[in-house]
Amino acid sequence: MSQLAKQPKLRLATVWLAGCSGCHMSFLDLDEWLIELAPRIEMVFSPIASDTKTYPEDVDVALVEGGVGNSDNLALIHQVRQRTRLLVSFGDCAITANVPGLRNPLAGPAAVLDRSYLELADGSAQWPHAPGLVPELLERVLPVHELVPVDLFLPGCPPPAERIRAVLDALLRGEQPLMEGPEMIRFG
Amino acid sequence: MSVRTLRIDGRDVASADGATVLEAARDAGVAIPTLCHLEGLSPVAACRLCLVEIEGSGKLQPACITPVSEGLVVHTATPRLREIRRTVIELLFTEGNHVCAVCVANGHCELQDRAVEVGMDHARLPYRFPDRPVDLSHPRFGLDHNRCILCSRCVRVCDEVEGAHVWDVAWRGEHCRIIAGLDQPWGTVDACTDCGKCVMVCPTGALFHKGDSEGEKHEDPSRLAALQRARHSRQEAP
Amino acid sequence: MSGLRCCASAGCLARGSGALMGALETAISRGQLGDQIQLRPVGCLGPCSQGPLLALDPDGDLYAGVDPQDAETLVAALARRLHQSSDQATPLEWAPARGERLDLRAPFFQRQRRIVLEHCGLIDPTDLEQAIAVGAYGQLERVLQGWSPEQVVTELQRSGLRGRGGAGYPTGLKWATVARMPGARKVVVCNADEGDPGAFMDRAVLEGDPHRVLEGMVIAAYAVGADHGFIYIRAEYELAIERLRLAIEQAVDRGRLGAALFGTGFGFTLELRVGAGAYVCGEETALIASIEGKRGTPRPRPPYPAELGVGGRPTLINNVETFANVAPILREGADWFAAIGTAGSSGTKVFSLTGHVRRGGLVEVPMGTSLATVVLDMGEGSPHGSAVKAVQTGGPSGGCVPADRLDTPLDYESLQALGTIMGSGGMVVLDQSTDMVALAAYFMAFCREESCGKCVPCRAGTVQLHGLLKKILAGQASQADLDQLETLGAMVMDTSLCGLGQSAPKPMLSTLRYFRGDYLARLEAP
Repeated sequence: MSQLAKQPKLRLATVWLAGCSGCHMSFLDLDEWLIELAPRIEMVFSPIASDTKTYPEDVDVALVEGGVGNSDNLALIHQVRQRTRLLVSFGDCAITANVPGLRNPLAGPAAVLDRSYLELADGSAQWPHAPGLVPELLERVLPVHELVPVDLFLPGCPPPAERIRAVLDALLRGEQPLMEGPEMIRFG
Repeated sequence: MSVRTLRIDGRDVASADGATVLEAARDAGVAIPTLCHLEGLSPVAACRLCLVEIEGSGKLQPACITPVSEGLVVHTATPRLREIRRTVIELLFTEGNHVCAVCVANGHCELQDRAVEVGMDHARLPYRFPDRPVDLSHPRFGLDHNRCILCSRCVRVCDEVEGAHVWDVAWRGEHCRIIAGLDQPWGTVDACTDCGKCVMVCPTGALFHKGDSEGEKHEDPSRLAALQRARHSRQEAP
Repeated sequence: MSGLRCCASAGCLARGSGALMGALETAISRGQLGDQIQLRPVGCLGPCSQGPLLALDPDGDLYAGVDPQDAETLVAALARRLHQSSDQATPLEWAPARGERLDLRAPFFQRQRRIVLEHCGLIDPTDLEQAIAVGAYGQLERVLQGWSPEQVVTELQRSGLRGRGGAGYPTGLKWATVARMPGARKVVVCNADEGDPGAFMDRAVLEGDPHRVLEGMVIAAYAVGADHGFIYIRAEYELAIERLRLAIEQAVDRGRLGAALFGTGFGFTLELRVGAGAYVCGEETALIASIEGKRGTPRPRPPYPAELGVGGRPTLINNVETFANVAPILREGADWFAAIGTAGSSGTKVFSLTGHVRRGGLVEVPMGTSLATVVLDMGEGSPHGSAVKAVQTGGPSGGCVPADRLDTPLDYESLQALGTIMGSGGMVVLDQSTDMVALAAYFMAFCREESCGKCVPCRAGTVQLHGLLKKILAGQASQADLDQLETLGAMVMDTSLCGLGQSAPKPMLSTLRYFRGDYLARLEAP
């Protein structure tokens, strides 16, 4: 009976595209608050808290870390958009392409692939090429909102844990987080 | 010295004749954002962040060069101006490659601060990711064009304060670039006195001390005004 | 005596008038007719699109597209007539094998009122004596010997002449302002940095009648108290530069420029400054910086050039066509000039009519003439059976007038009300095949490339606007992109430092106003 009386839990997802996973580490920096958070959400998809490999339907909130840098990112972000009510660009890479986007001025992925897999190779220098297995790099790493509509921007590299908490707190209360001032929207 | 009374955002402000609207506003505690402006350098009114509405004038006026006058009624923070300022900052962020996370000026950058002030949580305009070089030819300093917003403070400080005129702007439009000497590597320009004033006044991490890592550039451009005051008083009373 | 006037302006030269003149010269000297047939290179004769143009005196006939191979038969026919009869009224029995004799009763000619171009096409622009014979420097002499500077300024003010460079600022008022400024060493500058795509009015005046411009400048200098002047001309105008250099030399030699003019204490020296190809240097503060040897970027006004100009001196800047109006105004009187055109826009305006028009070229019409008269009557509409869709005026700073508004009179205020400007006089006709989005993108690309880069909205805003237009052209844009285009366009207009950025979005906003359908048709289905 008590189960039924409860509010339905917020179906939360976290998504990792072209980023360093630092935003997810910052999420883990929420420390004890994670314990408070746990009963109020259902973690339906996350590289750090779920084994699910398929992005589920009917997600309330998705925190998307990273820019869109390869064919897998691209397919996933469209799926996330379709199946999520509130899409949050989580951290600078999702919002600006940031560090993964440093390759963008080089006009295509060849320069980075050459550098990483040929020039710096210890042996058996070759580009990774396995269609269907290894996702192909896109011409440019793009911010998420340049590809799909984004509902909320949570900047920072990474966003500090307090900033993440302020956003989730508001969302759990059913409020729109107030994204202004240096505590909430500073890049870097 | 005569005094002019004007109204800024509904408050009566008394200001010295000859002062600019920006100075009058700052004296009165009204913050108008700026980037190209720096006390101690000639104003160029180029960044357009300090545009204000003046009643009776059809055009927006840059506060940094508009002189105060009796009865002037100024609005500095209307929704229209706020929208303009955010767009200016977005234009700057999308024009270059401003990667705060790995920048020497992270945490001490005027562009970064302005972005917060104008409420830029993302750029509504697409990023352009231009291909721009870095000049590391100077033994002590570096110039990263990716972070340059062409405010021309370095050009002015070198010309007007140091008197060396090492820097200038070359080309035009989106191709504009700060150049040293006659578009030479900075380290080969004999006129450079290695004084570092350009690094000091640079609002971003475009000009930096070699060896500074992420977030380690802690310059205070307002020191320029203090430097000039000191110089001036020494000339007045040696 | 017969005369042949062959257009030696850049347009006709490009269409072969050099070869035609060479062939005529050969034919004349072979027939030893040098003292009976006078061949004269002249300035623009009007319908440039049909060049090379050749005028015949005393008949007044105008031939278009004459081939050099026709020179022999023409000279022979002229010789026959000279031989047969002393009656010059006898019609010439000659028709070119290629080309045609133009019907001078056509509206293209009949509707013109030539004041600025009154001697253009009549005199050899390289021959000072011919210019003097038709009155050049006559008004300067009259003014210096009997008028006070104030009288000249007053006369200009009464004439109602407004700046022909685009903005339409009252010329007399500008002169009065500079005249009032303290200091004995003021400067007069002629802005000949004509750079709008499709505009060649000033080039034609400078190539066809350079002394008229010099005379206007010296009179202006006398009126405002200047002793030195500059003509700032774009480097691309090689022929105009050559003719101006020659004209200045000639004027100095004949005492029309220099110290103690016409025996008075007044002197005026003049320098030619050749620009390096930056469109923004047509903006007056950038132009001044460029003359001073600095980077050609605009600075905020005030202070205006009248207060702080070249070398910090009070400076009068007018456009070529404005100076070209000065001598006729003084000769015929301010009342005469004010009676031409409309109440608010007096006099005539020279337009370069180009684009999808059957008869293009240089036309001078009274202000207030309707666009329909110029485009449909004089220009005879669009070729190949297509209808006119719009007329672009004012170049990258202007906008489009749609076909259903062609009844609009050509005056400063009427064009402004339609969201465009008179501009310097470029008039590009666009037929039904024109893609207005592509046109807007073309002008935006122009401004993007010509932005000096000093202020952020123009430097970076034009790039973003151009990107949005390209996205629309590629069929990849949404309604949100279109909204952003309009918002950003308004922002760039409101916030840019100088006229270039402030008007860069105008061609786009104007096409959005009248041809929104062209944009909507290219949006992605939502």
